[in-house]
Amino acid sequence: MKVLVPIKRVIDANVQVRVKSDQTGVELTNVKMAMNPFCEIAVEQAVRLKEAGIASEVIVVSAGPAQAQETLRTGLAMGADRGIHIQSDEDLQPLAIAKLLKAVVAKEDPGLVILGKQAIDGDNNQTGQMLSALLGWSQGAFISAMEKDGDLLKITREVDGGLQKVSVKLPSVLTVDLRLNEPRYASLPNIMKAKKKPIDATSPADLGVEVAPRVKTLKVTEPPARAAGVIVGSVAELVDKLKNEAKVI
Amino acid sequence: MSILVIAEHDNTTIKSATLNTVTAASQLGGDVHVLVAGSGCADAGAAAAKIAGVSKVLVSDAPEYAQDVAENIAPLIVKLASGYSHILAPATTYGKNILPRASALLDVQQISEISAIESADTFVRPIYAGNALATVQSSDAIKLITVRGTAFEAAAEEGGSAAVEAVEATGDAGLSTFLGQELTKSERPELTSAGVVISGGRGMQNGENFAMLERVADKLGAAVGASRAAVDAGYVPNDYQVGQTGKVVAPDLYIAVGISGAIQHLAGMKDSKVIVAINKDQEAPIFQVADYGLVADLFDAIPELEKELG
Repeated sequence: MKVLVPIKRVIDANVQVRVKSDQTGVELTNVKMAMNPFCEIAVEQAVRLKEAGIASEVIVVSAGPAQAQETLRTGLAMGADRGIHIQSDEDLQPLAIAKLLKAVVAKEDPGLVILGKQAIDGDNNQTGQMLSALLGWSQGAFISAMEKDGDLLKITREVDGGLQKVSVKLPSVLTVDLRLNEPRYASLPNIMKAKKKPIDATSPADLGVEVAPRVKTLKVTEPPARAAGVIVGSVAELVDKLKNEAKVI
Repeated sequence: MSILVIAEHDNTTIKSATLNTVTAASQLGGDVHVLVAGSGCADAGAAAAKIAGVSKVLVSDAPEYAQDVAENIAPLIVKLASGYSHILAPATTYGKNILPRASALLDVQQISEISAIESADTFVRPIYAGNALATVQSSDAIKLITVRGTAFEAAAEEGGSAAVEAVEATGDAGLSTFLGQELTKSERPELTSAGVVISGGRGMQNGENFAMLERVADKLGAAVGASRAAVDAGYVPNDYQVGQTGKVVAPDLYIAVGISGAIQHLAGMKDSKVIVAINKDQEAPIFQVADYGLVADLFDAIPELEKELG
């Protein structure tokens, strides 16, 4: 079974994001970029499936500008076998990405697609569910555990009330939550090896997918700042302030 | 213009996030209808009919809707969609699971987790863990939207008298089977609707120490939450997590105990009315968003707080 892992290049999770003064977006120039943390968990899971003999091949795919290849190399260094780069400088929104991925699935015929549950830039949490819908496949969103059981996967989903256990038919689209695994660091030899692994280039036009954005960003602004607080000297003072100043207890 | 709200419910009662979503729907102007898809869900349908501002409730009662199986519920939303200008769902794990699937089937680019409505096609939503707010305009004929509950008041649970109409189910897609669930049982208020929340971080050191927070919570009628670090360390279950990828809360009072204040955590609580931080590291970023900061060892401060509260 081939496993396809779509991954995204985003601003590094440890970087403080700054809104551009002209309100057109956030500052991306000279900002450290990295693989979306949820995508790392998805790659890790796919590589573990290969190590367990369940996956025959792990393919990472990313849609975006030329630099998306760096993110694909990171996935290859973690243990993926090859990459696919869908070259586009367009503002790719989740529905467009899901359509591109559907076209890749039609070519590659994977038995399983594993994605991060959301990207930490747009915080949309849509692409996996949309891809699953377009393929007519089973959907396992926000998973924290998985186990193969013949033609089925037994998954554990993180939901608001706790954990939910579901059995999904293969082929399936899964989106991963934080606690599924701890992604490995790529070792230096594996980073070197990754440079020789193939990355195929394609484009929305090659895949026959219309990717024009449906949602227009009119402006991006800073959230309202909170007023400066005070440091209190004791628990008694804290309780007094909460009772008599803030009046919240 | 009619707006359909997808209700989150447990077949008997309506979950509170649905009430906030109804308020968002009312702000759009137009008739507000509520879809209750469940199994043996007549009581939830009746409860939805009483929500203030709702003019019609659609109930689809079938075994395939017993659980929140997106593969089964999304086709029902698709079937109903043509009658509506907007379809709204709460931005909970329920709505986040189901609505994107329906959106893709309708060829609509969903707008996730809106925090304000500017007009019928323009909305504000947080991006980058709430470090920026995007104002976005949709060009789709039908708008599919998830709603951040803390950004909209809850609609009154009583006062409405909507008509209830049965809707034929769309069948079992046969793709997923629900096996069971482990839900955290608590007598305390729900995290996302509590007036007071007290959360613990890695500084709590272990799960047993959360009992200290629970005792304070019980004196304040508070819910107990946690940072990602505390959940990852296994101190408490996943549903305690407050943050970018966990729950978003905005209570009147949020008390962060032994939480350093990573961006991802702040994203889930910085809209709280009053924030208290208790941490022994005075450099911890949590103090930058706190209204009241106490630099102290939590193992001294929390028992004292419990005593002070009487």
